[in-house]
Amino acid sequence: MEQNKMASLNTQILRMSGVNPRKCMRCGKCSGTCPAYDEMEYHPHQFVHMVETGDIASLLQSESIYKCLSCFACVERCPRGVEPAKLIEAIRSLKTRPVGQNHITPDEIPALLDEDLPQQAIVSALRKYMK
Amino acid sequence: MMKVSYFPGCTLKTKAKQLDIYARACAEVLGVTLEELPDWQCCGGVFNTSKDEIATKLSAVRALSAAGKAGQPLVSICSACHNVLKQTNAAMQNDSEFASHVNHYITQTGQGQMAPYHGETTVLHYLELLRDVIGFDKVKSCVKYPLTGKKIGAYYGCLLLRPSSVMAMDDPENPQILEEFIRAIGAEPVIYAMRNECCGGYMTLEEKSLAQKKSTAVLDNASSAGADLLVTACPLCKYNLDKNGQNPLPVVYFTELLAEALGIKEA
Ligand code: SF4
Ligand code: SF4
Repeated sequence: MEQNKMASLNTQILRMSGVNPRKCMRCGKCSGTCPAYDEMEYHPHQFVHMVETGDIASLLQSESIYKCLSCFACVERCPRGVEPAKLIEAIRSLKTRPVGQNHITPDEIPALLDEDLPQQAIVSALRKYMK
Repeated sequence: MMKVSYFPGCTLKTKAKQLDIYARACAEVLGVTLEELPDWQCCGGVFNTSKDEIATKLSAVRALSAAGKAGQPLVSICSACHNVLKQTNAAMQNDSEFASHVNHYITQTGQGQMAPYHGETTVLHYLELLRDVIGFDKVKSCVKYPLTGKKIGAYYGCLLLRPSSVMAMDDPENPQILEEFIRAIGAEPVIYAMRNECCGGYMTLEEKSLAQKKSTAVLDNASSAGADLLVTACPLCKYNLDKNGQNPLPVVYFTELLAEALGIKEA
């Protein structure tokens, strides 16, 4: 049962992202260029491998899905056009969409503000972390 | 006078007024009126790449479609707005399933019927307006106070250039557009390796140390290459470099320098 659920989540991730993880040749360039590398438990090339092998449960539980900055460096620089960031985005969306799973809420924002912080930072964080 | 539709975005109306005010004034001097879209809504700051994400992309589609209806290209200045508008437009062109979901929403609005939209509008960044519509030669010929002798580093960050298959502004690893701009206003561009690496973005909210590390690395790299000043088009880049970067190298919006060179703003 659990296995079926994971298999269907995997299909959903592939559909949402449009990514084909089997194109990956494990060169690691995506992780090498990732500015959030040090902050991640699983790195971009591992995301690709774990989706390919169906190990979605660990990714859904990992804080790594909130560390991606959407800088598109891995998308740009992957020699095989795999686009790892799109997988990470799909997994993060799956995680935050159900009720009560927001990673950040508007109530937490005031404490994080300073007088120069651009609105752009707040709307971007809410878009990434909240449904 | 040529007219283009203009999407300022939330931050240019608040914390980044210098980006907005000078962009409009400079465009007037260069022969283009930025006509602000009526009733624009915030673009959301980031484009969600999930194909089934619809609602968060509707404000961008409405802006694109409104400019299309006016028969004008849609110009924005904030790197994040431009990225969201451009990526949304590409999705409307290339992903028919996505476009058909979106059109279910936008064709029936409170204001009545709207025509279905399929990405017909041309999306331009203000820098592309300068390069491709006005021309850097024209910009140069309008400069009254050239910034001679200033060594300026262009800071592209991520969103202006990537993903290049969609943004199509410049070579993503060896961009030239900001350097051409710097030359047009009479200054000298300084090339440094990290000009297209991330400043830490919105992570400043959750993990300041990451933004500090990334921004400091960019500033250190630029100052060791000899830059006296950095220019950016992105309010969040400017914030991270100014507030989180541990290096006093000044960072200004490119529109401020353009305004100085054109004699609209006191240096
Ligand atoms: S850069 Fe591309 S091919 Fe290389 S490991 Fe990453 S996803 Fe795989
Ligand atoms: S888009 Fe995300 S995963 Fe890819 S390089 Fe940037 S921060 Fe890393």
